[in-house]
Amino acid sequence: MTAPLLEVRDLVKQYPATTAVDGVSFAVPEGMCFGLLGPNGAGKTTTVEIMEGILPPTSGEMHYRGEPLGRRFREDAGILFQKTALQDHLTVRQSVALFRGLYTHGLSVDEVLRLCTLEQLAGRDARKLSGGQQQRLLLAIALVNDPAVLFLDEPTTGLDPQARRNFWQLVESIKARRKTIILTTHYMEEAELLCDEIAIMDGGRIVAQGAPRRLLREHFPEVLLELPSADFPHTARSLPLKLTEVHGNVEITTHDLEATLRTLLAAHVPLINLRVRPPNLEDLFLELTGKELRP
Amino acid sequence: MMRRLLAVFHARNLEFVRDRVPFAFTLLLPVMLVIGMSFVLGGPPRPLFKVGVLDGPADEHAHPFVAAEELYVQIVPLTDRDEALHKLTHQQLDLLVDFGSGTRYWVNTDSPKGHLVEKLLLADEPGARREPVTGKALRYVDWLFPGILGMNMMFNCLFGVGYVVLRYRKSGFLKRLHATPLTAFEFLAAQVLSRLTLIVAVTLILYLGIGVLIHFHSAGNPALLALLALLGALSLIALGLTVAARFSSEEMVGILLNLLTWPMMLLSGVWFSLEGSPRWVQWVAHAFPLTHLLDAARAVMLDGAGLTQIAPNLLYLAATTLVFLAFGAWSFRWRID
Repeated sequence: MTAPLLEVRDLVKQYPATTAVDGVSFAVPEGMCFGLLGPNGAGKTTTVEIMEGILPPTSGEMHYRGEPLGRRFREDAGILFQKTALQDHLTVRQSVALFRGLYTHGLSVDEVLRLCTLEQLAGRDARKLSGGQQQRLLLAIALVNDPAVLFLDEPTTGLDPQARRNFWQLVESIKARRKTIILTTHYMEEAELLCDEIAIMDGGRIVAQGAPRRLLREHFPEVLLELPSADFPHTARSLPLKLTEVHGNVEITTHDLEATLRTLLAAHVPLINLRVRPPNLEDLFLELTGKELRP
Repeated sequence: MMRRLLAVFHARNLEFVRDRVPFAFTLLLPVMLVIGMSFVLGGPPRPLFKVGVLDGPADEHAHPFVAAEELYVQIVPLTDRDEALHKLTHQQLDLLVDFGSGTRYWVNTDSPKGHLVEKLLLADEPGARREPVTGKALRYVDWLFPGILGMNMMFNCLFGVGYVVLRYRKSGFLKRLHATPLTAFEFLAAQVLSRLTLIVAVTLILYLGIGVLIHFHSAGNPALLALLALLGALSLIALGLTVAARFSSEEMVGILLNLLTWPMMLLSGVWFSLEGSPRWVQWVAHAFPLTHLLDAARAVMLDGAGLTQIAPNLLYLAATTLVFLAFGAWSFRWRID
C-alpha cells in the first residue's frame, strides 16, 4: 500500500492557558479533498498551520509523502490562509509574480491569472479588489507553484453568497486536476459540496471522521420532519415522538415517516408548513458535540 | 536562492518607489535641512580673531599681545601642533602663535582675518618668526553637509527597515512568505539589498544636488566615499533589522528606534563636533556606527583622507554589520507570537 500524501500522528499543541490540539491523527491520500470542520476555537486552524509547517507542534508528527516536512513540502504546498495581507502598492500580476519567483517550478503567471479568472484585473492595485476578487488572488498565489497539496483555511468566510459560489466553482476545477486539498470551514454546504472526507473537530479533538454521506447514514438512519413551533399545539408535545426544538422549529426524528404522519394527523397538527429533509452536517455536528456549528 | 531573493528585492523596490510621499520626503528633507541650517548658522562671521596659542605660559593673558588685544582676540590654548595647524588651514583659527623661546607664528595666507591679526601681533612682537600656511575656510555648511547626509541615511535605514518588517509581520505577509521556500536569510538579504540600493541612490542624488547648491567640493576620493557610504548604510540597516527582527508592537519598535536614533543624532557629531566633550560622551559616541561613518566621511570629504586613515572606521562598520545581522537572523520571527 502506498503511503498517504499527508499524515498526521498524535498532534498536540499546548499554549500556557489551553490545549488547542489534543492528540489529532489522520491520513490524507493523494487526490482527496479532506475537510476539517468545527466551530471557532475547535483547533482546525492550529491543526492546519502545524500541517503547513508554519507552527511547531508541542508533540506529534507530520509526514508528507512518508517523510517529515522539509524543503520538498514547501515547494509542493499551496496555502491560502484565513487572513493574508499582501505587499502594498503591487498590482495583481506583480503580487502573483512575486510568489512565482519564490518557487522553482510552477505555472506561468498568465496561466494562474486565467485559472482564477483574474486576467481582467491583472493591472489593478491588489488593495483595491473586492472581497471575492481578493480571495481569488490569494488562491492564485496558492496555485502559483502548481501545488500537489493545497491548503484552504476558511476560504469563503466573509464572502457574499455569489462570491462564495464562484469560489466553489474554482475549487471544483482544481479538484478536477486531481489536486489534494485540505479545507477547513464552518460552512456545511461547502464541506458537503467539496469534501470527499471530513473530520469533525471539537475542543482540539476529532469527534468523527469519514465520508460526509457515510457519517450521516451512520449517525442518522432516520429522516427529519420540521414544523414551525407555532403550528405545533401544546397537547401534541406529549405524543410518543422524538422531538427537539431548534430555532423556532420543532424537529421530529423518525424511522417510519408514514406512521409519524398518521400520528400527527390524528392529533390534528396542521401539516401545511411541514418540511421533510434529510439530515445534514449541521445536524450531525449538533448531535456529536451538542453545539451549533456556527458561532 | 538568488531567484527568490531577487523576487522579494524587486517587489520591495516597487513598493517603496510607489509610496510617493515617504519617497519624496527622503529626498526633500535633507535638502531643506541643509538650506535651513546654512541660513541660520551662515551669515557674516563675528568680528573677532581666534588665535591659537601653543605651549603658552600658564596664564596666556599675561602676554603683552594678548593683554593688549583682549577685546578683539579670543585665545584658544592648544597643545597639539598638528591639530592646531589643521584648524588654521581650515581657517577655524586666524593665527597660531608659539610664545616659546623666540615667538614663532603661523598664518594662513588665504585668510584676510589672518592678515589683519598678524599685523596686531607684529605690533607687539616685531621679531616674531613667520610660518605661512594656506587653506580655504571651512564653512559650517561644509562641515554640516556630511552630517546631514549621514543623519538622513540613519533615519532611512533604521525606520525604513524597522517599520517595514514590522508592518509585514503584523499584516501576516511575513507568515505567508514563511509558507514558501523563502528562507529568513533570503528575506533579510533582500530587505538589506533593497534598502541599500535605495539609500546609496538617494545619498548620491543628495550629495550631487546639495553639493551644487552649496558649492561643495570634496577633497577626497569618490570611490572611497562610495565604499564608506555602502558600509555605513549596511551597518545601519543591519541595526534596523535587529530591532525589527522580533517585535510585533509598533509602540515597542517606535521606542527602540527612537532610543537608537536620538542619541546617535545628538552624539555622533551630526550638528556639532564632539571635541572637548567629556570622555564618557566620546566613549558612548564611538559605540555608534554613525559616529564612525561621519568621522570618516568628514576626514575624506574635508581633509582628503585616504583608505589607511579611515580603515579603523571602515572595519568598525563592517564588524557591526556582521554582529547586527547575526543577531537579527538569530532572533528573527516570521509571525506574531
